[in-house]
Amino acid sequence: MSKSSWVRGGLFAAAITACASAFMPAQAQQPPIKVGVLHSLSGTMAISETTLKDTIVMLVEEQNKAGGLLGRKLEAVVVDPASNWPLFAEKMRELLQVHKVDVVFGCWTSVSRKSVLPVVEELNGLLFYPVQYEGEESSRNIFYTGAAPNQQAIPAVEYLMSKDGGEAMRFVLLGTDYVYPRTTNKILRAFLHSKGIADADIMEEYTPFGHSDWQTIVARVKRFASEGKKTAVISTINGDANVPFYKELGNQGIKAEDIPVVAFSVGEEELAGIDTKPLVGHLAAWNYFQSVKNPINEAFIKKWHAFTKNPKRVTNDPMEAHYIGFKMWVQAVQQAGTTNVDAVRQAMYGQKVMSLSGYDVQMHPNHHLSKPVMIGEVQEDGQFEIVWQTKGPIVADAWSPYIAENKGKVANWTYPWVCGNCTEPRFKN
Amino acid sequence: MRLVRGVLVLCAFLLGFGVRATNADPFADAVAALGADGFAARAAAVERLADLGDPRAVPVLRAMSEGQLLVRKADGALAIQDGTRAYDPVTNQTLVSFNPDDYETVRLNNRLRSTLRGALGRLVLFSPDPRERLEAAIGVFKTRSVENLPLLRKAIAAETDAEVLAQLRLSLAATQLLSDDRAERLAGIAGLAGAADVEVRAMLLQLAADGEPDAEVRRRAADAVAALDRRLATLRLVQNLIQGLSLGAVLLLAAMGLTITFGVMGVINMAYGEMVMIGAYATFVVQQLVREYALGLTELTPILAIPTAFVVAGALGIALERSVIRHLYGRPLETLLMTWGVSMILQQAVRSIFGATNREVASPSWMSGAIEIAGGITVTQNRIWIILFSLAVLAAVILATRLTRFGLYMRAVTQNRGMASAMGIRTGRIDALTFGLGSGIAGMAGVALSQIDNVSPNLGQAYIVDSFMVVVFGGVGNLYGTLLGAMSLGVINKFLEPYAGAVLGKILVLVAVILFIQRRPRGLFALKGRAAEV
Repeated sequence: MSKSSWVRGGLFAAAITACASAFMPAQAQQPPIKVGVLHSLSGTMAISETTLKDTIVMLVEEQNKAGGLLGRKLEAVVVDPASNWPLFAEKMRELLQVHKVDVVFGCWTSVSRKSVLPVVEELNGLLFYPVQYEGEESSRNIFYTGAAPNQQAIPAVEYLMSKDGGEAMRFVLLGTDYVYPRTTNKILRAFLHSKGIADADIMEEYTPFGHSDWQTIVARVKRFASEGKKTAVISTINGDANVPFYKELGNQGIKAEDIPVVAFSVGEEELAGIDTKPLVGHLAAWNYFQSVKNPINEAFIKKWHAFTKNPKRVTNDPMEAHYIGFKMWVQAVQQAGTTNVDAVRQAMYGQKVMSLSGYDVQMHPNHHLSKPVMIGEVQEDGQFEIVWQTKGPIVADAWSPYIAENKGKVANWTYPWVCGNCTEPRFKN
Repeated sequence: MRLVRGVLVLCAFLLGFGVRATNADPFADAVAALGADGFAARAAAVERLADLGDPRAVPVLRAMSEGQLLVRKADGALAIQDGTRAYDPVTNQTLVSFNPDDYETVRLNNRLRSTLRGALGRLVLFSPDPRERLEAAIGVFKTRSVENLPLLRKAIAAETDAEVLAQLRLSLAATQLLSDDRAERLAGIAGLAGAADVEVRAMLLQLAADGEPDAEVRRRAADAVAALDRRLATLRLVQNLIQGLSLGAVLLLAAMGLTITFGVMGVINMAYGEMVMIGAYATFVVQQLVREYALGLTELTPILAIPTAFVVAGALGIALERSVIRHLYGRPLETLLMTWGVSMILQQAVRSIFGATNREVASPSWMSGAIEIAGGITVTQNRIWIILFSLAVLAAVILATRLTRFGLYMRAVTQNRGMASAMGIRTGRIDALTFGLGSGIAGMAGVALSQIDNVSPNLGQAYIVDSFMVVVFGGVGNLYGTLLGAMSLGVINKFLEPYAGAVLGKILVLVAVILFIQRRPRGLFALKGRAAEV
């Protein structure tokens, strides 16, 4: 580089710095705290994950308006893993090594989480994972802010078996063919056995991703329901396959009063693409619904509408999980006085946040939350009416007691256990 | 005189008010309880209201089941909303100072909905409208209760409409099963004997499950179930066949455009699925325009969307052919890669314009619901229309290639390009138009798919593999082959699915097609003669 271009470069840099410091005088001296956002903005999963990216960007903006964190500004670093599972791992590496982010909020599918897990452990990063999932995991470097099966699936089945839920005695387990539905259904089957439901009263059926021809399966469900006992469908159908499924149910005249369907992956966002009239009365189990009535939630929805400039945008459960995760991380950073991953991790345990659902939720040493469980019925306007909820928050089981191999397994990252999957404490005196 | 009358009215009013407060107008009282807190309390109120047998309860309960009954947040006063107007459920007087923000809907849950259905059933059983009576009879059938027996008998004695009468008899028989009287139960089983309905089967089985004490009744019920199962087995075969044909029709529709671009022109167009997707989005845009400017045409949205989708997708196809594909004729690998790239560009473009989330395309009423063939076996309306639509498109395409000048040119160019060119046909123009035709048909397929699938940027990807499979299986470039290929794949799929499950069923079909192609590389209908050499 010639001398003159050095000078020119220097002048240019000085100009930029001057310009920048004119706009943000106090904090410009310190580099910003970087918040990585690892959500697909293109490809199949963009439908769900784009919203979560917007949520984090909004929360970062809001935190900056409130004065930043530790006297520094926050900066969201958004990358696009394009619904491509190996690319998730690459982008995670890029976030941690090139951008040197202090924390990452990201992933939706379990397979994407499994693909980034070795990277985030190797580089000692920090990932907040916001989606309900099958459990059976507790990594030192991941905080799971979505529901574990005992915070969603099992209370939902208990509700279906109760008087209000219709006293179902026969169950159809419908799912998309991948790890989350298969593991959840394994847990549910064991749970149903423990409630005295025989195998003959359980029908399990899987379909490929994006399945669009539901005629045969819906007809089979109808037939299965004609055995003289009240039947309910538990759906772990994921993504795009839901719309044709519910359309077929509606067209074949299956009403929620006859055969209720409770879904674990259908929220407000998914309903926005469907004509909800034929679905009224079908159920979903989550830890949060947009229809929850409390001032925090109402304020959040207002902010969300203002941020997206769309008064019709809905909120959903994974967004709430990100809200909890982000607030908790901010608190933990303040408590630790640094963004150092190990210090923040230690500060996370026991951290409490007032969630949008109106409950105090807490982070436990198994890296999972205690959360309330709610059952909502689909209404004509695409919202859920909460028909049942647990008395208080429920602590997540990282390892389900309903799976035989999990006997004695413990996830606890505090002394003396310090492990995510062990049967004996790491430290013994 | 006027004064006296005024005083009298006032007295009557006060009296009425007093009477109401002391529960002498049970109707007003029961109605007021509908807005109570808690689903159980509301269900009890519905029962109480229905038991009064007061016909005034019908519109109130109907409004409640349709979500039009509102409760004022401040004091729990009720109102029925009818468009922008609202009226009092007891007095039917319009509420003058009605502000929707002060009210919220009386919410329902499944238990309450089913209670409502039963209650309305009992009340409407004697309505002058036969359609209402039929609905009521079905309601009573679904929510059986022994107390309804005398009511049903009375209704049967008074009924004149044959269809309603048949349903009432079925409802009566189903209700008789619950009776304590053995003779009643036997009569019920006999009454249900002719039915071919999965719900009847459930009721008969429930009889045994509930611990029926009488051996004779148990035996008769088991016999009835066995007879029912035989009838249902035959019907199930018919149902599988119809479902197979309807899946076949979807495949046919999706593959027809590909037969032209891939089969006739030999272009491997990976962006084909995106043409389908664009057709679906065209439907969405037409729907939004209709909602904005011509609400009266809402029911016709899909019909208006067909030409729109054809033109939009067709124009895009022509643009694609002129700009990219024509430079790559005879280089299949490059075409494949290039069109794949185009498909990703189109997907992301749609995602940027319309957003990543699904778009809602509502089905018009003539395309929703189902036709019941017999015994709980139903064919959904939208599928029937799609079968008809796909056959109509096929006929139109065949006629167009056979009878029009453009069709003649098209066949000439694909059979012998050099000769056609020598005869003065502008082959480049024909190529573009042919590609446009194939893409336009894909767009029309998108209109149909918007009725049964998601309108999302990924719509096309779901169909591209199936479409190629159908075209290869049916014989490249032959529309009849496509028809037969689509229909047989659909039917095979639907007959395998109940036994093998959806995932394995799909794999088995793929394996079968691969084996078939091994034996007959040119598919079901191989083109013969010179065209096959191209």
